[in-house]
Parts: sequence; structure tokens; C-alpha cells
Amino acid sequence: MSQKSFVWFCLLPLVVVTTAFFLLPMGRLVVAGAEGPHGLAGYLAILTEPRYRATLINTVLLAAATTIVTLIVATIAGMFLQRHRFPGRSVLIAMLTFPLAFPGVVVGFMIILLAGRQGLIGDLSNRLLGEKLVFAYSIYGLFLGYLYFSIPRVILTIMAAVQKLDVSLEEAARSLGAGPWAVQRDVVLPALAPAFVASGAIAFATAMGAFGTAFTLATNIDVLPMLIYTEFTLAANFATSAALSVGLGLITWLILALARSFSGSAVAAAG
Amino acid sequence: MSTDSHGVSVRIDGCGKTFADGTRALDPATLDIARGETLVLLGPSGCGKTTMLRIIAGLELPDPGGKVLFDGKDVTSVPIERRNIGMVFQSYALFPNMTVADNIGYGLKIRGVARDERAARVAELVALTNITGLENRRIDQLSGGQRQRVALARAVAIRPGILLLDEPLTALDAALRDRLRSELNRLLRALGITTIYVTHDQAEAMELGDRIVVMRKGGIAQIGTPREIYFAPRNRFVAEFVGAANIVEAPMEKGELILPGGRLPVGGETTAANATVMIRPESIRVVEPGAGSLAGVIDTVSFIGDRQRLVVSGASAKPLNVDAANTIQAKAGDRIGLTVPPEALRILPSED
Repeated sequence: MSQKSFVWFCLLPLVVVTTAFFLLPMGRLVVAGAEGPHGLAGYLAILTEPRYRATLINTVLLAAATTIVTLIVATIAGMFLQRHRFPGRSVLIAMLTFPLAFPGVVVGFMIILLAGRQGLIGDLSNRLLGEKLVFAYSIYGLFLGYLYFSIPRVILTIMAAVQKLDVSLEEAARSLGAGPWAVQRDVVLPALAPAFVASGAIAFATAMGAFGTAFTLATNIDVLPMLIYTEFTLAANFATSAALSVGLGLITWLILALARSFSGSAVAAAG
Repeated sequence: MSTDSHGVSVRIDGCGKTFADGTRALDPATLDIARGETLVLLGPSGCGKTTMLRIIAGLELPDPGGKVLFDGKDVTSVPIERRNIGMVFQSYALFPNMTVADNIGYGLKIRGVARDERAARVAELVALTNITGLENRRIDQLSGGQRQRVALARAVAIRPGILLLDEPLTALDAALRDRLRSELNRLLRALGITTIYVTHDQAEAMELGDRIVVMRKGGIAQIGTPREIYFAPRNRFVAEFVGAANIVEAPMEKGELILPGGRLPVGGETTAANATVMIRPESIRVVEPGAGSLAGVIDTVSFIGDRQRLVVSGASAKPLNVDAANTIQAKAGDRIGLTVPPEALRILPSED
């Protein structure tokens, strides 16, 4: 067997799996999206139909907010954890990364325990303010759940990136007169940019498509995965749910591509 | 360039350093560095030279009791960003997200210097360090030698009171290192800044240093001018670390060393029964067999170009290294005589 045909032979399982479980269903999904009463215009409905459009905007905003807040929290925590040695550090890291294994349902459950009708925050605010604070079943509860979901994923990437930072760069900046904030702004953050893009993309994509948490919290939160679910199972509207699915994938991909090219120059320079 | 002569004097007063894990990196040391002087900290790795540099820089705090003074003012608790020092790191530590010009101008930007003035100063340094035309390059587009120049330009752009260099030439290949060394020497003299230079390379130390501090195992082995260090090493470590040296241990009688190949008169008065002496290879002269105070046989001849290095056995207990003129006809197996002028013998204290 020649070298070339050997390589092709090795690639065969990949080709089969990709075709069977990715290309065919994707193709079917794309076709199904155009099989509704409006044909290909069914895709346009994602943007023209007010309810769909509002949901889309909602989802993108939620995912963007989750990504930004996750990055801020995870960067500060990751930097601190990587740079300091203190008793209980490994326990803290374990706790922060523990939710990695949780499915969305469990995360939703925890949000209800925290901010639901019988939740901790409700009890506390009831005692202090005489008013029960409940936000588990809204988009705020979902936001909190996504944060909880994303932080472990991002924090590990950031910690690895911080470990690879060249400390002498920070010392050089300080020797030139840069205070702590200037060092962060001019040296540390630019050097971490590739890690921000990589882990931010994961956080964003996860938040765009996450379903379990939303489903656990309430069935009427306006996010795209929930909309697809209701269209599919409750309304049996296959064409629309297929069109929405394809739209969800495309839009997520598009935003990530934009973010990557936007930060591309910064990443290349820092690389 | 006279505008750049703004060095400060430095005093290190009883500065030691013990790390959190109990490792003693530096024994308490006291050192004075004059305004405009170039002082070289020389020693093998792990001798504490970098720790001392980092204490002067403000990157490490000395153990309690130690003080760092600039122009007589205690700066021990002043952080590095307010000490007004220029520092060149072994890895250069250039900012990869900035151009060459932005790197050089960074310290001025932090100080709030106006754009025009900054550009003028950057242009001045670009010319001074011979990197004209590279201003808009990214750092990863530069060669090692160019990076070294940018690092130096960046460090002196802020008109520091002290310039600290941590093995700035170590990362370069040998030929480039030699060229940059003399270039660096010219630049340091021209700038007139107080300079502290860390290296493990004795050739660098000799060429650049007004004074050299030879360090060993966290302590200072000797302080002196390059000539003092070379010709009058205080102990065996300094003798062997700086330049090539033959160390001869032999019994003494009537002011003469008794060696297998003959007797060697030692200058000065010594009554000890044994002595350890240092003889530099270039101070031994090769003469006809039978002449001279020592007799020996050539083991090997290495022709180096400007001279040839002979290894001679039989003269001393251990083979002697002898630098001979490159015109002498010598081959392995030849019997030769050696003479050593008494003033070329340096008696070292016997030690561990």
C-alpha cells in the first residue's frame, strides 16, 4: 500500500462518520427548513417575523452578556489563582471547575435553589426587605445559570494562558515606569487576547445553544433553543424549527467569525 | 550626548536575600558604585549576581536590614516603576504587541511625554543604536542582534539614572556577541550612565567593566579593576574563573618551589613549607632544552592563530598550559625548557 493510499485508508472512518452523522442530517435539516408552506421564505421568517426576531436578538444579547461577564470574572479569578499560592487553593480550583460535569438541568436546578420561589435569595430578601426576590424563572436566572456553566470552561483556559505569560515582560514594563493598571492594559491583556478569543468563543456558542438550563427554569423564556423546542414538539412545525436550527448555527458561526477577524490583528501581534 | 550624563551613585548596604523556601541566594553584601561607573557582576550561574541586580532594580526586596541607596537616598521600599532605572533583560522582554518605535517610546508614553517630543527621542535612539529603518517592524520580524539593540534603546530612552543589564549578550551567537560587545562598550562610555552589568562571560567583564565584582555561591569573591582581578586574584576561584590559569601546588624550600621539572624561584618572602601559586599561560616562556628553570615534554600543540597553546608535562605535577608565540616550531614529544619570571607567580592562600 503506498503512503498516499494508506493515508486515505486511515481517513475512511472519518469520512463515513462525517457523512452519516453530520453531512446527511445537516443536508436534510437545510432541506426541511425550506419545505414549509412558504418554501425558502421560511428562512427569511427568522428575521421578518417579530416574535422570532425578538427571540433571536434576546438570545444573542444573552450570549454576548454571558461571554463578557464570564471573561471578566474568569480572567480576574484565573490570574489570581495562577499567581498566588495559599492554603485551600487547590480546593478552590476544584470547586470552580466542578460544574464542568453538570448538565444544564442540574445548573437550572441550582439556580432555582438559589433564586427560586423557595430560594435562598428570596428567603433573605423577605427577612431583610419584607419582599421576596425571585428571578430564577426569568432571563436573569438564565443569565446566572449560563455564567455558572461558562466560568469553569473559561477559567481553565485563562489559567493555562497566564502560566505561559512571560513575567519579564511585566518587569520590563514596570522598569519603564508602568504602574499596575498600565502593565495590565499594555502587556498582560494583549498577551492573553488569544485565550480570550478561544475561550470566549466556547462560552458564546454554549450560551447560544444551551437548552437544559432554560428548559428547567421555565418553558416560556425567549431564547432560540426553547423556541425551536416549542415549534418542534408542541406545534409540530418541522419546517420552522428546521429553519430556526439552521439559522441558529449560521448566526453563531457568523458572530464568532466576526469576533475572530476583529480581534485577529491583536491576536497575531500578541502571538 | 552630554545631556545623557545623569547617572546616580548607588550604595548597597548589607543586602542579603533569603527566599521564602529558605534558600540563601545572596549573603549580606555592601557595595559602592560611583556615578557614571560601569560595574560588572561576574560569576557562574547561581552565584547571586542576578539576585543582586534585581535588588538594585527593585524587583526583589533585600532581607530586613539591607538598604539600597541612590545618591545617598534610601530607595529600598520604592517600587521599580518609580526608581527611574533602565533595564535590559536576557530575553530582551520586548513587547510583542508593539512596533519597534512603540517599544522604544513606551517609557516616555507612560511618563506623559508629548507625541512630537517622543518621536524625536525615539529617532535619536534609533540612530544611536543603528536600527534605522526598523521603526515600524514588529518584534518577531527582528534578528537577535536587532532585538538586543531595541531593548537597549528602550531602556535608555527614559534617561535613567542607572542602567541595569542582565546577560544582554548571552542569547546571541559568538561572532555577533563580540561585535555587539564593543558596540555596547562605545555606547555605555558615550552615555555616561551608571551601569551595572551581569554576566558569566569573563571576556565581557574585562572589556566593559571599570570594576568587576567576582561572585561565588552568594558571596563576593573579589572586587577590583579588570587588571587587578586578572593579575592579582585573591583566591583560586577568581584565578581560575577569570582567564586561563595554571594552579601549581608544591613544597617550598629557600624561596623556591620544588617541582618535578626543576626549581622555580618565587618572588617575595615566603617561609611556608607548601604553596599554591597561579601562573598565567602567557607568562611562561619557552626556551631551549636544558635552559630555563623547568624542563618538560610537549604533550599537545593547539594552533589558535594568534598564538599556540602547548600542554607541557613533566615540569609540574599536573600538565602546564603554556601560550607560545605562533612562530615557534614545536611538536608533541619535543623536550623543552621553560622560564617563569618570579613576578608572574601569584601565591594564593591555601584553602578548601
